[in-house]
Amino acid sequence: MEEGVVKEILQGPLREVFDSTQLLTDVSGSGNNWAVGHMMYGSAYREQIVEKLRKAAEHCDCLQCFFLIHSMGGGTGSGLGTRVLGLLEEEFPEVCRIVTSIYPSAEDDVITSPYNSVLAMRELTEHADCVLPVENQSLVDIVNKIKHMSYSGKAGSVIKTDSSIISGRGGVSGAEKPFDAMNNIVANLLLNITSSARFEGSLNMDLNEIAMNLVPFPRLHYLVPSLTPLYTLADVSVLSRRLDQMFSDAFSKDHQLIRADPKHSLYLACALMVRGNVQVSDLRRNIERLRPSLPFVSWNQEGWKTGLCSVPPVGHSHSLLALANNTCVKPTFVDLRERFAKLYRKKAHLHHYLHVEGMEQSFFSEAMASLSSLIEEYHQLDATKRTLVPDAPRLSIAR
Amino acid sequence: MSVVTVQLGQCGNQVGQELFDILCRDAQDGQRTPYCTASWERFFHQTTHGELVARAVLIDMEPKVVNQSRAKAERSGQWRYGDTSHFSQKQGSGNNWANGYCVHGPRHRAVVEDLVRREVERCDRLAGLMAMMSVAGGTGSGVGTFVTQCLRDIYPKSFILNHLTWPYGTGEVIVQNYNSVLTLANLYRLSDAILVHENDTVHRICSQLLNIKHISFSDVNRVIAHQLGSVLQPALTADSYGCYSRNPLGELVSALACHPEYKLLSVCTIPQMSSSSIAYSTFSWPGLLKHLRQMLISNTKMEEGIDWQVRPPAASERTRSLTGPSFNRSVANLLILRGKDVYSAETGGFEDPALYTSWLSPKEAFDVWKSPMPFNKYEKSATLVSNSQALLRPLDNMVGKAWNMFASRAYIHQYIKFGISEEDFLDSFTSLEQVVASYSQLS
Repeated sequence: MEEGVVKEILQGPLREVFDSTQLLTDVSGSGNNWAVGHMMYGSAYREQIVEKLRKAAEHCDCLQCFFLIHSMGGGTGSGLGTRVLGLLEEEFPEVCRIVTSIYPSAEDDVITSPYNSVLAMRELTEHADCVLPVENQSLVDIVNKIKHMSYSGKAGSVIKTDSSIISGRGGVSGAEKPFDAMNNIVANLLLNITSSARFEGSLNMDLNEIAMNLVPFPRLHYLVPSLTPLYTLADVSVLSRRLDQMFSDAFSKDHQLIRADPKHSLYLACALMVRGNVQVSDLRRNIERLRPSLPFVSWNQEGWKTGLCSVPPVGHSHSLLALANNTCVKPTFVDLRERFAKLYRKKAHLHHYLHVEGMEQSFFSEAMASLSSLIEEYHQLDATKRTLVPDAPRLSIAR
Repeated sequence: MSVVTVQLGQCGNQVGQELFDILCRDAQDGQRTPYCTASWERFFHQTTHGELVARAVLIDMEPKVVNQSRAKAERSGQWRYGDTSHFSQKQGSGNNWANGYCVHGPRHRAVVEDLVRREVERCDRLAGLMAMMSVAGGTGSGVGTFVTQCLRDIYPKSFILNHLTWPYGTGEVIVQNYNSVLTLANLYRLSDAILVHENDTVHRICSQLLNIKHISFSDVNRVIAHQLGSVLQPALTADSYGCYSRNPLGELVSALACHPEYKLLSVCTIPQMSSSSIAYSTFSWPGLLKHLRQMLISNTKMEEGIDWQVRPPAASERTRSLTGPSFNRSVANLLILRGKDVYSAETGGFEDPALYTSWLSPKEAFDVWKSPMPFNKYEKSATLVSNSQALLRPLDNMVGKAWNMFASRAYIHQYIKFGISEEDFLDSFTSLEQVVASYSQLS
């Protein structure tokens, strides 16, 4: 809803890639206000948006999925973004909606980000098929980790040029801008998710299979992404050790795109999307190796979804993306609710929102309630973690 | 008489391509013999230029695998798939049986039936249909079940054999147990016989017998194709009067699947070794058959780690099930011997009444087919197709895991979205518990 970013894209090397009639901008932005994005611009541009969506959909032989990419903390991405999500559900109810959401870190400089995030969360819970939450802080940590590796100059820790996940190698743009490194990580996430749909492999994994396998209950669709490798070391180490290390890393906290601790929470389901020259035996060996240390919910003890794509990402010989539906997202949401509550208790900045036509205080309380009930659902599942749930008694057949 | 194969989904198409490859090369080893002619007639259609075109239809809901299989066949230079004998869509079934069965199946019914009809019409005489698929995914399982139903409707008098690949126990698809249960329950009433390969078993064969270090799905598929090929290639049967049987599927079904409650067939082949070792090995029929018999009795799926302690019960114990839990009782067995000196092979060990249930005499329960032609470079090879308790434990595990998941209603909303109800799930569970009970009660 402001022009700067889109203009820059149109002037950059990717200008040919985007259809200029499919762009929608305004001038003044949303002022970091979810209500302005969702209600004001949402209503003003509803028809144009639907028209552009239809146009894009008509070009497709077979429309499989929508990707929505936005941040939660601001006004446009968060407010207008979730309005668009609702429109997608209305206009294209059968098409899968996968949302990549950048969640604000605790130290976020936008004061109203907790409001925006919680208001948006409710929309995500109700209208998205799958959400991949990404935290800026995790991206920063990963970037720092890589930079530290490259600059430390320790023997055996030299990174192969342009192989790191933040390098944007293989991309079109040249010079690095701020946030480029972090954004590259998210770009890699999306590349890996779509790799099996774009390239061949011995065990293909389509986008609609992601939602099918990883979402056991409709609202619990928040998937923790983790990417490995972050970089490839220049020295040649034994391939199978590198492979095994890659699998171990996928379950380490350093490689996750949100700050959470899946190993100490409960896995509902987990998907492993492997790219490159990795065979099914490598996959099996590693699953067997890692499985004992990962707590899975009682009714999904072998809950793994696996995909093998033969084509590795640029600059690497293989890579792994793990998507986990794990109750470890609960603390992130609890935290978000805390920050929201802190502001809401004091009614801080509320008037900016209530000013907007169509916005009412009930939106706030309902969004809070939605978040609380989501947290409760995760909590219930967590509670089963320590208990030994007996197998359900089988049907007995009369003879 | 010819067999028309329908390859469904990624697994069905990948395994199918390896199967035709082996069938073609094996037949060509016996150039210009009656074996070769019979095999070609059975599986391939010859064009006016003498090219071999597989009697197969390739179906998938996304294009990559079908294209790959066709390209690979083309590259072999020996055979190919028909130019128009395939159908794919762009979307895939999302690992959802209901999506395959309720949406894609009906939507594309006319096209698929037409493709099969054309292949059938190219046959002088139809020996039967074979559908190849996995049970874990969405297309093979869901669309595959729907297509089997259609074929049953259109060809009520033809034999339909379903070849199923069961997934690794530790999971390839999270909802694999649901998809498997729904598939098996439905196929049980539609199919004449269900021939099963388990990825776990084949994987072990690859690692322990073939010594493959980095096992890929191609390796697994090739083993499956080898075993399946050894069942399907021409053989001389008791009823074929000195010629290669013209009714392979019919004879397979009548030998093994004589009772509607018992349709699950497992396969084991001996010997299996890396191609580099074959040249240095010699085999005797007594040795091979002894091992194979013990593999059957102890339910070991390969010739390593056989438990020689397991024995069938002595005659006096027959009426009470005093056998140890590891004894594998059979409903029926079919032994297929291929290679040198095949007529001298002594198969009496398989006629022991102790191996079988009381309601079938060994004469009815046991059959032998023979072929003097070596199969797939093995000088001598023996294949046992068995209707026994061999698949009981894997089936029971599959049903148990699916039931546990169902108890929590996890993922059910994904199926209901496409038209399957909880009732349908319950019906499938009931059918399979029946099958499990039937096989358990064999002891």
